[in-house]
Amino acid sequence: MLEIFQSNYNALFEALLITIKVTISSLLLGSIIGLVFAFFSISHIKLLNYIAQGYLILVRGTPMIVQICILYFGISSIVTLPQFWAGVIALAVHNGAYISEIFRGSIQSIDKGQMEAARSLGMNYKLALRRIILPQAFKRAIPALGNQFILLLKESALVAYIGMTDLWGATMSIAGSNFRPLETYIVTGLFYLVLVGLFTFIFSKLEKRYDPEKSVKRSIKNSKGITVER
Amino acid sequence: MIELKKVVKSFGGLTVLKGVDLTVSEKEVVVLIGASGSGKSTLLRCINFLEILDQGEVQINGEQINPAKTDLNKIREEVGMVFQHFNLFPHNTVLENIIEAPVYVKKMKSDEAKEYANILLEKVGLRDKADNYPDSLSGGQKQRVAIARALAMEPKIMLFDEPTSALDPELVGEVLQVMKQLANDGMTMVVVTHEMGFAREVADRVAFMHDGQILEQEHPKNFFDNPQNDRTKQFLSRIL
Ligand SMILES: Nc1ncnc2c1ncn2[C@@H]1O[C@H](COP(=O)(O)OP(=O)(O)OP(=O)(O)O)[C@@H](O)[C@H]1O
Ligand SMILES: [Mg+2]
Repeated sequence: MLEIFQSNYNALFEALLITIKVTISSLLLGSIIGLVFAFFSISHIKLLNYIAQGYLILVRGTPMIVQICILYFGISSIVTLPQFWAGVIALAVHNGAYISEIFRGSIQSIDKGQMEAARSLGMNYKLALRRIILPQAFKRAIPALGNQFILLLKESALVAYIGMTDLWGATMSIAGSNFRPLETYIVTGLFYLVLVGLFTFIFSKLEKRYDPEKSVKRSIKNSKGITVER
Repeated sequence: MIELKKVVKSFGGLTVLKGVDLTVSEKEVVVLIGASGSGKSTLLRCINFLEILDQGEVQINGEQINPAKTDLNKIREEVGMVFQHFNLFPHNTVLENIIEAPVYVKKMKSDEAKEYANILLEKVGLRDKADNYPDSLSGGQKQRVAIARALAMEPKIMLFDEPTSALDPELVGEVLQVMKQLANDGMTMVVVTHEMGFAREVADRVAFMHDGQILEQEHPKNFFDNPQNDRTKQFLSRIL
């Protein structure tokens, strides 16, 4: 196995880079899409609610690989779309639906009293959403987002089927030429495992950083030794 | 200052306010009491339009307000509200809680807002908590911050919805003290509370609500010592 790793070192690391690029690009795009559709689904405008629901039904109701192929072969029959962007858009559109549900849930989980207090101070709906509701909702969404991002990272392997040489694409061609598929797959599995480990670590750091408990500790430190009741 | 005429409010099929008339003059403190579900919170929330009344009139500062046409945010700037569960913004420090609306609604300069916030914190006895997060405060401290936050908009009227009901008994006094001081400073206040001591001592008038109507309103001395309505008598005998 070490030998497979050594002889394909360059190809694997290049592929790894592509996997990371695809993942991060679709993560950013997917988050934007997710946020927009979260706003659609909490909107008071019925039409926007329906659009958000329809999007969710389409994405949930069809396999990811079908979505990728439709996007790639469909769009590239109209405009020329590089594989990279086809893959990124497909992953983003797919994950955007789930991310929008995460954002919607976290926005709706914020206590009604927060919006009321903001409105009672004269803040309009948008300002209250932006300054009071969203900052709290984002914090609350971090664990679920981290989970979704890890799914996205693993699902990104599907872009191999529109011809990209990401980690999985490269693996398939290496395994096809060295006739030792099992060992090659295990090497690739380890690559993904390390990547997922890295993502998990980053997110747990983020989570800790925005942990409300920590802000309590911070304010205890600032309170000049006065006892704190909870 | 506040004039409610024949205010009716329903939720679905349930009529919660059944034609309420209430007048509150400048610098007057009116305490609203009544059983759970009688519509006290709803009435308060109709005054700052957190709930929009179905029928009737609300006048604030002599101006009749049509919710469809008036900018309600402007009205709410003048009518502060304090909630039972404080509703402080947990992601902001005490100081940030207080300056939020002055800075983002009134467009006050941050320094100016902070200066005023510190004066208000001094007033509620929490100057040293400016940089704390709400999570680290006791209930009584939270409610005092909430009062300071509402005062930061320099409202002409303050509404209190059971401000001490969520507090441990030993923390009730400190909040009532702040409210009493506010009343002495001449704030116009409508207070929903079960604290009869406060009503007796501070209120200019006590109003009794029952089933969506105000049945009796009187100076506290007459109200407590010589209630007229049978429902009021029943209610008072249960709580006193
Ligand atoms: N948003 C709402 N939707 C439906 N029903 C409501 C709503 N708000 C209040 N109600 C109902 O209206 C009635 C009066 O409620 P309200 O909160 O005004 O009473 P209250 O006098 O403040 O009672 P409490 O002492 O329990 O706070 C209750 O039966 C309540 O269930
Ligand atoms: Mg109530």
